Amino acid sequence: MTASAAPHKLIKGATGDWEVVIGMEVHAQVTSNAKLFSGASTAFGGDPNSHVSLVDAAMPGMLPVINEECVRQAVRTGLGLNAKINLRSVFDRKNYFYPDSPQGYQISQYKSPIVGEGEVVLELDGGRTATVGIERLHLEQDAGKLLHDQSPTMTYVDLNRCGVALMEIVSKPDIRDAEQAKAYVTKLRSILRYLGTCDGDMEKGSLRADVNVSVRKPGGPLGTRCEIKNMNSVNFIGQAIEYEARRQIEIIEEGGAIEQETRLFDPNKGETRSMRTKEEAHDYRYFPDPDLLPLEFSQAFVDELKAQLPELPDQKKSRFITGLGLSAYDASVLVAERESAEFYETVLAGLADKARDGKLAANWVINELFGRLNKEGVAIAASPVSAAQLAAIVDLIGEGTISGKIAKDLFEIVWQEGGDPRVLVESRGMKQVTDLGAIDKVVDDIIAANPDKVAQAKAKPQMVGWFVGQVMKSSGGKANPQAVNDLLKSKLGI
Amino acid sequence: MTDLTSLTIAEARAGLASKSFTARELTDAHLAAIEAARVLNAYVLETPERAREMAKAVDEKIAKGEGGPLAGIPLGIKDLFATRDIRTTACSKILSNFIPPYESTITSQLWRDGAVLLGKLNNDEFAMGSSNETSCFGPVTNPWRREGSNTTLVPGGSSGGSASAVAASLCMGATATDTGGSIRQPAAFTATVGIKPTYGRCSRWGIVAFASSLDQAGPIARSVRDAAILMCSMAGHDPKDTTSVDIAVPDYEAAVGKSVRGMKIGIPKEYRLDGMPAEIEKLWSEGAAWLKAAGAELVEVSLPHTKYALPAYYIVAPAEASSNLARYDGVRYGLREGAKNIIEMYENTRAEGFGAEVRRRVLIGTYVLSAGYYDAYYLRAQKVRTLIKKDFEDCFAKGVNAILTPATPSAAFGIGEKGADPVEMYLNDIFTVTVNMAGLPGIAVPAGKDAQGLPLGLQLIGRAFDEETLFSLGEVIEQAAGRFTPQKWW
Repeated sequence: MTASAAPHKLIKGATGDWEVVIGMEVHAQVTSNAKLFSGASTAFGGDPNSHVSLVDAAMPGMLPVINEECVRQAVRTGLGLNAKINLRSVFDRKNYFYPDSPQGYQISQYKSPIVGEGEVVLELDGGRTATVGIERLHLEQDAGKLLHDQSPTMTYVDLNRCGVALMEIVSKPDIRDAEQAKAYVTKLRSILRYLGTCDGDMEKGSLRADVNVSVRKPGGPLGTRCEIKNMNSVNFIGQAIEYEARRQIEIIEEGGAIEQETRLFDPNKGETRSMRTKEEAHDYRYFPDPDLLPLEFSQAFVDELKAQLPELPDQKKSRFITGLGLSAYDASVLVAERESAEFYETVLAGLADKARDGKLAANWVINELFGRLNKEGVAIAASPVSAAQLAAIVDLIGEGTISGKIAKDLFEIVWQEGGDPRVLVESRGMKQVTDLGAIDKVVDDIIAANPDKVAQAKAKPQMVGWFVGQVMKSSGGKANPQAVNDLLKSKLGI
Repeated sequence: MTDLTSLTIAEARAGLASKSFTARELTDAHLAAIEAARVLNAYVLETPERAREMAKAVDEKIAKGEGGPLAGIPLGIKDLFATRDIRTTACSKILSNFIPPYESTITSQLWRDGAVLLGKLNNDEFAMGSSNETSCFGPVTNPWRREGSNTTLVPGGSSGGSASAVAASLCMGATATDTGGSIRQPAAFTATVGIKPTYGRCSRWGIVAFASSLDQAGPIARSVRDAAILMCSMAGHDPKDTTSVDIAVPDYEAAVGKSVRGMKIGIPKEYRLDGMPAEIEKLWSEGAAWLKAAGAELVEVSLPHTKYALPAYYIVAPAEASSNLARYDGVRYGLREGAKNIIEMYENTRAEGFGAEVRRRVLIGTYVLSAGYYDAYYLRAQKVRTLIKKDFEDCFAKGVNAILTPATPSAAFGIGEKGADPVEMYLNDIFTVTVNMAGLPGIAVPAGKDAQGLPLGLQLIGRAFDEETLFSLGEVIEQAAGRFTPQKWW
C-alpha cells in the first residue's frame, strides 16, 4: 500500500506538474533509565560527562551488554506500528572516526533489524487519510556532543548522550507532499508517546528526522534524492521539503541533474544547503559486532508485550466515534496527544451519564478547556480546571441544573478561583430556573411589550427564538431554555 | 630450603598449607628471581610493593584458615589485562601512559582466590605477533638456548612474556591470551603448558581486545595440574561479557590423572604438512603412541578445510582489530600527538602510537571490510570459518574425544630471524588458528626436544567446554615425556 492513492499536492513547474517523493528516517530516543549497552543514566541535562560509564568512554577491554528494557521498547514500538517483529536480529558496527563516537564505531543494526515492515495511517485535512509504509526499525547508539564554544583553541566533548538508545524508524518513500510529511512525523510522535517508548520532545532532540526528498513527473521513475539531515521541528520539515522540492525542480527544468547529497536546512534563511556529496560519503565498513551475540527472543516474549500494549490513537479514536458518538474531527483532536486523550477519559470517568454527556464533554474539553489552555499558553498537565471539575460542570449541564451559558461563567469561576462546581452553583445562585411560575411573569411582560414581534412570530414561528433570547436575558441566563420555549409557544399559540 | 621458585603451584600450595614457608617468602623469592632475570625482558612492569602487600594480606588470611584456592601463589599478568591503578599498556606506545581505574574480571577472580601480583608481562603489541618482537618495550628473550649456542631466541608470541617468565621461574603461573595461537605457540617454544579454553569459557571483560570473536584468555604454567588449578579460578560466566557462557565451572584439577582408557584420539591427516621437519613428525607419532599406551584409541580423521584456516584467520582477525583499535584516537586517554585539526591529530597519534605490525593489520582489516571488498574477503572468510567449525563437529560426532596435532611447525627461532616476511611469521600459527576459528579448547603440552635441544610441544584439541579431557590427556603426555627446564644462563 502506498500513499500515492491519497490526493496530494503537486508542484507546478515550467514544464508541468511535479510530484515530490519523500521518505523519512526518524531517530527516536528510547525512553529508558539506562543506555543501550551500559548502565549509565540517560537523564537529560546533567553536568557534562556526568553520565558516562567506562563502556561509554570506550575504555580498553570494555564490552557492551544489551539493555533489555530498550529491546522491549523497540518491540512495543514495532507492535504499535503494526510491524513484523524479528525474533532474531544482529548488531553491527558502523565504523567512522569522530570525537563524539568514543568507540570509533556506532553499534547499530544494518542487515538484520529488530523490526521489519509496518505501517502508519495519516489523517489529513478534510478527513482524508494516507498510509505510509514502514520499512524497518532498528536499535542503535546515540553519539556524544561536541562543545565548540568553551575555548578559542579547543573543542570539548560531552559524552552524556553517548550510548543512549535510539530507534531509527525508516519509512518507505510513500510520502508525497509536505503536509503528509508533517502529518507522518506528528502521527509517529503520537504513537511513540502513547506507547511510552519515546517522549517525543523534539526541542531536546529526543525525536529527529532525516528527510529524503526527490521529485519526478507524476507516475514517472524515481528521481535522485537528497537527504536533509537532523530536522527537529515539524514545521521546519514542511518548509525544508517545500524549498528542496522547488530547488530540485528548478535544476532539472534548467537542464541540470540532481546530485545525490546530504543537505542541511537553515531555518533562518528557510533554505537547504549542501553538507557533503556522495563522493565524500563515508565507507562505514559495517560488520557484525563480535562483542554481541545475535539478539534473540521468543514469540511468547513478543506476545506478552503485545498483551500489555496500551490503546493506541487509532483504536481510541474509533472507540470515541462508535462508542460515544463523537465526530471524527473531535475524536482526532482528542487522541492527537496522549495527555489530551487521558484528560478526556478522566472527564468521562467522572460523568454521571457517559452515554448522555460524552459528546458534550468532548465539546467542553476541546472548545472551552483546550481553547483556554492554548490562549493562555498553559500545558494540560498544569490546567487550573481539573478533569473532575470539568466533569462536574458537564454533569450540571447534562442534568439541566445550569444552562450552557451559565456553565461558561461557572467554568470561568473554577478557572480563576477553583472550587467544587456543584457547591459554587448553589452558593452563587446559578441554578437554572425550571419553575414555570417564576418565569411566567417575565414571559407575559415581554409579550405585552412587543406586539409587533408577536404578530411576526405568529406568521413565522421561528421568531420564537427572539422571545427566548429576551426571556433568557432578563432571567440572567438562569431560565431553562427548553421550558421557556415551550411556555412561549403555548402563550403565543404557535 | 630448596629454591622456592622451582616449585609447582600444587607443591607451593602444599608448602603454604603446611606452613613450610609463608606467602611473603614465596613472593620475595620470585621478586629476587625477576630482578636477576631482567635481561629476559619478560616483565614490562614489576610491582614488588603491591606483591608484598598482597602476600602479607594472604599470610594473615592463611593464619586464620581463610586462604583461597590460590592463596599466596605469585603470578605474572600479561599486560593486556587491565589491572586497577597499575599501568596497563598492551605493550603499545599508544597506551604507554594508561592506568585503568578498573580490574579485569579474570584478574579480579585470581585476587579473590588469593593469588599475588608480581607484575605485568611483556607481549606483542596488542597481542599481534608470534615472536613477542612487536612489543613497544622490546622483544622478550626465551630462557631456552640451542645447545652450545648463545643466540637469543624468541619465546613465541603474543604471550611471550608469560611463557618466558613461567619457563624461567619468574612466576608460578601467568595469565595469557590466545587469538590465533598466542598461548599455545609460546608454551611450545618454552616447554610450558598453555591452554586456550573454549570461546566463552573465560570473561573477556577488561582485557584489551584484539579480535573479539577469537580472543580467549587462559593460563600458562609449568605443569598440566598447575594449568588446571589456574583454570578453576579464571573460568566462569561474567554478565559483563555477553559472549561468556553460563556453564558451571568443573573441578579441572580432578581431571588431571584421570584415566584416558577408551578415549578416541583423532589424528588429522591435513596437519601432515609438506616439508614438515622430521623431528616434528617423530614427536607427533611419539605422542600418539603414549596416548595409545595409556589405553586411548587412535583414529585418522579429516579436517578438510584446514588449509583455508590461516588465510581466513588473517582476514577475520585484522578486520575485527581494525575496528577494535579505532578507540585509540588520542581523544580521551593514552597518547595524543599535537596537530592543527582533529583529522591530523588522529593521523599523528595513530602513526606515532602504533607499531608497524599493528598498522599493517589495521590496514588489512580496513581494506577487507571496505565496500566492494567485504563480500570477497570478510564474508568469504566467515563462510570458511563455518566450514572449519563443521569439520570439527563432524569429527567429534564420530565419537572422537580429542584431536592430537603438533603445536608448532618448528622450535623457537632467533630474534630478528623472521622479521622480513610477515607471512613467514604468520605460518607459525598454522596448527593453532583453526582452534580459534572453531572456538574450541586447545592445550599445548611439552613433549620433547629437537636436535638442538630446544623444546617442542604437542597440541590437543577438545570438544567445546570439555577442557577436562584435555587436562587428562595432557597429563598422560606430560608423564611420558617428562618435564623440561631451561639451563639457567642469565
